[in-house]
Amino acid sequence: MSEAVAPAPGKGSRGRGGPSLRRRRALIPLLFVLPGLAWLILFYAIPIVSQVWVSTQTGNPDDGFVQTWNFSVYPDAVSEYLPQIGRSFLYAGTATLACLIISFPLAYFIAFKAGRWRNLMLLLIILPFFTSLIVRVVAWQTLLTDDGLVVNTLQAIGILGPDGRLLATTFAVIAGITYNFLPFMALPLYASLERMDRTLLEAASDLYASKITAFRKVTLPLAAPGIFAGTLLTFIPAIGDYINAQLLGTPNQFMVGNVIQSQYLTVRDYPTAAALSFVVMIVVLILIAIALRFVSTRQLSEAAAA
Amino acid sequence: MRTTADRIRTWLLGTWSLLAILFLFAPIFVIVLFSFNDNQGRFNFTWQGFTLKHWKEPFAVAGLGEAMGTSLLIALFTTLIAVALGTFVALALVRYRWRGRGATNGLVFLPLATPEVVLGAALLGWFLTMGLVRGFVTVLIAHVMFTLGYVVITVRARLEGMDTHIEEAAADLGAGQVTTLWKITLPLLAPGLAAAALLSFAISIDDFVVSNFTAGQTVTFPLFVYGAARQGVPPQVNVFATAILVIVVCLMFANLAWQRRAARKEGIPVPEAQPLGI
Repeated sequence: MSEAVAPAPGKGSRGRGGPSLRRRRALIPLLFVLPGLAWLILFYAIPIVSQVWVSTQTGNPDDGFVQTWNFSVYPDAVSEYLPQIGRSFLYAGTATLACLIISFPLAYFIAFKAGRWRNLMLLLIILPFFTSLIVRVVAWQTLLTDDGLVVNTLQAIGILGPDGRLLATTFAVIAGITYNFLPFMALPLYASLERMDRTLLEAASDLYASKITAFRKVTLPLAAPGIFAGTLLTFIPAIGDYINAQLLGTPNQFMVGNVIQSQYLTVRDYPTAAALSFVVMIVVLILIAIALRFVSTRQLSEAAAA
Repeated sequence: MRTTADRIRTWLLGTWSLLAILFLFAPIFVIVLFSFNDNQGRFNFTWQGFTLKHWKEPFAVAGLGEAMGTSLLIALFTTLIAVALGTFVALALVRYRWRGRGATNGLVFLPLATPEVVLGAALLGWFLTMGLVRGFVTVLIAHVMFTLGYVVITVRARLEGMDTHIEEAAADLGAGQVTTLWKITLPLLAPGLAAAALLSFAISIDDFVVSNFTAGQTVTFPLFVYGAARQGVPPQVNVFATAILVIVVCLMFANLAWQRRAARKEGIPVPEAQPLGI
């Protein structure tokens, strides 16, 4: 509208409250947010939704694919790859539980007992993850390899039989997933414990609660948001993982991520790959929706970026 | 009042924590150690003696130096673009009230909570649909997409901890919005921007999964390692991985020191929420 431009606010104009200025002020956040938002819409939101478009096409990689709205690809893909989907839930679930068991005492120690070592210990938790995931998994291959240090030690003390091995087993895959997603559990746990009001524990002991009762009735409920955020942030990336299964396991350990990767990049059955990855996305969205009933987006995103 | 039971509990917790940290460092020790392994043949799985030869000739393996160069270049461009875009998104989210803030917050958060395989698969499907040839540019597009959220969250935390009085004083003294932003807000934000840059650089240079889907014929450092994993990873990979780790950690400490100094100068306490400067 011309009236908005009419007063022609010069670059130095800074009168307060003129209608044109107010409109210009309302424009500034939009200008700020536009490039970043456009990037996320173009290269995140649209690609995710376009998976439906890709998945319902039929054809083959040589002659090309045409849109036929073939929705039966969803039940077909899910039933064909049910074992891999089941394994994804099982392995990710087990690894998440293992992460919780390893991380809780660690986070508790850092929050309550570590004193001046606190920041150093937090740094030590993050530090290994500044190497590439793939290099870390190859290092685990080296560690768990037949005739390697770990296998030989376990054989010597009799935990592993003389022909026992670690590499190419379900154990190795779950251990690898546990290792690679541990900080996603440890850091939110630490954050929730650190924020805890310690006077509540004193109050509990003043009221004659035993240490164990105080832990059960005070510490654990107050740590619940951290446990919740940590579980979600560990389980979600774990369910899509395929590197650990590929390098530490065999095809008998392959997860849904392995299927998506090979169908997209090797077999080039794009509709099946797109259908499976869309199913994973829906599962993730359901998990996030459930989580948001208990914690805020803010808490989750900060835990994710920790 | 510390009882024996208390002391035992603390000791047990401490031991558990130490073991957990050793577990986290186990593969790191292997990576560093095996960069000095005098390996025979193409496998680098068993220790055969100490040598410095791989450190002296890091480029001896065909394709590795090139892949490292590609990774560095992608990480550099990713950092520049993601920090530029993300900083303005964070400014809009913290300093202004507007419709669509909630939705924007959600859209910034979602890529962080999406499994990488889904990010990669969705982008690949989209690039195929659009008929885009995959290569350097598509990897860059993907890396900017998934580092943007980290930048927004890091810068937002810093912005919220910042004293707005200085900005208000600048405005009262007649500085326009652009001048205030350029001369006051951005310089005060600098340590936060550095932390965000460091984080996006580190995430980009280490990314495997999304690059696996979007790279086409382009080979980055993690993709090179993946390709080599089947025939045996050369020790030079360990050399580069160790070097990246050392450089990133040094930069992190430098930034932490800088943040502390900046915070002291402003007279505000170091924000407890970001003990690592990230």
